[in-house]
Amino acid sequence: MSKISLNSTKVEKIKEICASFGNKQGEIINILHKVQGTFGYLPKEVQEVISEEIRMPVAQIYGIVSFYSFFSMKPKGKYPISVCLGTACYVRDSEKILNEFKRQLGVGIGELTPDGKFSLDCLRCVGACGLAPVALVGDKVYGKLTIDKVKDILDEYQD
Amino acid sequence: MKIKTLAELTSVKECACKLMSARLKGKNSADTNAKEEQIQEGSFKKTILVCGGPGCSASKSDVISSNLKECLKSEGLENEVDVVLTGCFGFCEAGPVIKIMPDNTFYVKVRPEDAEEIVKEHIVKGNKVEHLLYTEPSTGEQVVEDKDTNFYKKQVRIALRNCGLIDPEKIDEYIGLDGYKALATCLTEYSPEKVIEIISASGLSGRGGAGFPTGKKWAASARAKAEQKYIVCNADEGDPGAFMDRSILEGDPHSVLEAMAIAGYAIGATKGLIYIRAEYPLAVHRLQVAIGQAREYGLLGKDIFGTGFEFDIELRLGAGAFVCGEATALIHSMEGKRGEPTFKPPRTSEKGYLGMPTNVNNVETYANVPAIILKGAEWFSSIGTANSKGTKVFALAGQIRNVGLIEVPMGTTLREIVYEIGGGMKDGKKFKAIQTGGPSGGCLTEKHLDIPIDYKSLSEAGSMMGSGGMVIMDESSCMVSVAKFYLDFTVEESCGKCTPCRIGNKRLYEMLDKITKGKGTMEDLEHLRNLSNVIKETALCGLGQSSPNPILSTLDNFWDEFVEHVVDKKCRAGVCKDLIHYEINPSACIGCTNCARNCPVDAIQGERKSPHTIDQEMCIKCGTCVTKCKFNAIRIL
Repeated sequence: MSKISLNSTKVEKIKEICASFGNKQGEIINILHKVQGTFGYLPKEVQEVISEEIRMPVAQIYGIVSFYSFFSMKPKGKYPISVCLGTACYVRDSEKILNEFKRQLGVGIGELTPDGKFSLDCLRCVGACGLAPVALVGDKVYGKLTIDKVKDILDEYQD
Repeated sequence: MKIKTLAELTSVKECACKLMSARLKGKNSADTNAKEEQIQEGSFKKTILVCGGPGCSASKSDVISSNLKECLKSEGLENEVDVVLTGCFGFCEAGPVIKIMPDNTFYVKVRPEDAEEIVKEHIVKGNKVEHLLYTEPSTGEQVVEDKDTNFYKKQVRIALRNCGLIDPEKIDEYIGLDGYKALATCLTEYSPEKVIEIISASGLSGRGGAGFPTGKKWAASARAKAEQKYIVCNADEGDPGAFMDRSILEGDPHSVLEAMAIAGYAIGATKGLIYIRAEYPLAVHRLQVAIGQAREYGLLGKDIFGTGFEFDIELRLGAGAFVCGEATALIHSMEGKRGEPTFKPPRTSEKGYLGMPTNVNNVETYANVPAIILKGAEWFSSIGTANSKGTKVFALAGQIRNVGLIEVPMGTTLREIVYEIGGGMKDGKKFKAIQTGGPSGGCLTEKHLDIPIDYKSLSEAGSMMGSGGMVIMDESSCMVSVAKFYLDFTVEESCGKCTPCRIGNKRLYEMLDKITKGKGTMEDLEHLRNLSNVIKETALCGLGQSSPNPILSTLDNFWDEFVEHVVDKKCRAGVCKDLIHYEINPSACIGCTNCARNCPVDAIQGERKSPHTIDQEMCIKCGTCVTKCKFNAIRIL
């Protein structure tokens, strides 16, 4: 992974977030939520700053980041796409929908299109099982999907 | 304003009831304490309830709600009719759904543009909007009231009692339906021992999956001596295909808060924590609102109901790890660690959060508690079977006609759920399997359909109650692939702490993968069973121990299908790509070229108006041609 450089405003922002949780080690998960909410993802360099602030080994922080699927060390696209692979969607063929997204975007799961516009992920159940199979673009839910509808969805985001 | 006495609570209730009178009048009198004649005339003559559950929200029920408000305004009726966006009604298949009270008229598949007609016809003229009424598929007849539909007829709503009836962001509406009265009763009339006694006598048991008796759990935490004890609500709903807890938290958050305070009083804890998935932002928001309102009324905080009892609740966000549904893993996660389970004993009731005695219950378990306190242990234990009391909420999904959230008395048979409540199979296909318990459960078949639902009978059949996921499959599901789907999930979610789960499940997955690719042997089937049994006996936590269940139950119930994959190299459901190929039936193909034009890899050739053929070398078996062909000319072999 290529190194990224954090400018001083970003470093200050991270320090501020850590301080708002009293720089407490027990608050690490809340800190990570907040930092990811601000920067979109948690690259190594960000983890290093948190490590210094709350005096926790960076290995331990990495252990936590890599344990929980909600935390990501890779940036997300401008329009993050998540295809539901919960059981209800699975039995209504959501795998075919996922494959169609892969094919049209030319990326795999957890990857970003070269222009940074779309990223593709899968998730487990958004609770809209009545609309299965379901996919999300950002927060917007698209239900009762068919292979044909994949192109229409992507077309909506051609800006 | 602080509510300090039962009398003050009652006066808030009376004010709320006045505003909610249209709803209370329409509500079936059987399950409300208020008698029709006692309900005071309120300012609203009618109330339109709009479902704001996850499914209906995705179909723009918020727009329906605002359109209705606008239309009412333009008719000058905004002070006579109110519109309430509620929690989940449960009938997702018919969504978005709305209900007009006190007329008890139930409209389904409502679109935002229907708002005007609803207001002009129903509200102004008093006519039913017929094309929005529900049609019972079995009889073809229109049904006006939701309680008369097959979907609702056999349901008993205890945990979901307020979902779809109140505005979850208004504490007054919860109080209007006897909210916080159970807490007041416990604090002012019962000793902590008495509360535990009631819960024990009710027979309530853990709705998260394992079914441990709740009263027994509370008693253990009450016995433990410590300076600080904790009440934890497990809202880390990780079962893929299940949304019971989410619906309760989004539709009726106060019932969980009230129950946690009652549990706190019973075991002697002053702090409560709700561990909730970060993937449920709306539920998180609703809980934050609810906690704020309860604090404002003094129903959380110091000196609750003037009794000196102190209790407050905080939220802890999860970060997406299925194993955190296990109590010890959940506690580690709350402490800011990797969510890895530890060996029990000590149980969390003795040594939990920060090493202190901690009572952990699931959302649905808590949601039952206030109702039990108000209506009594005897009432609750009269519902259900000899060894499982009360009701259970299930998220009914898959290839079934009525997908949705249901609550049924224990003892209801699977057949009643599938064919009556569920309305039978979708698209007239044949029933094949029913899966309960998610990745820890199993697949049952036709011969199990008459099993009454309770903890014991489901385990004996090789599945489990689980948290409430219930997925129905038809003949288009390949059972080997289904087992592989669950193992894929387990492998992904295994925390990695113990070897049987980390490595064993990976090996199980590889064997299943080999079988679905047509490379399996009979020996593999034997290994699958042996390794599954080893993992079951040796994994550290409940999740590891139950992870081979999807394999064992499919091996038991669908042995022929496994053998077919191994010996005949065939997948009867046409799912396993390596075991199938597509062929065009020349006598059915009219040469419309639709398939050829849509094939992503140009594997289909043929002249216009003459039968086409598929190049098997090039074909990627995506199935696009099958969905495109209007003449059913493409066969999966």
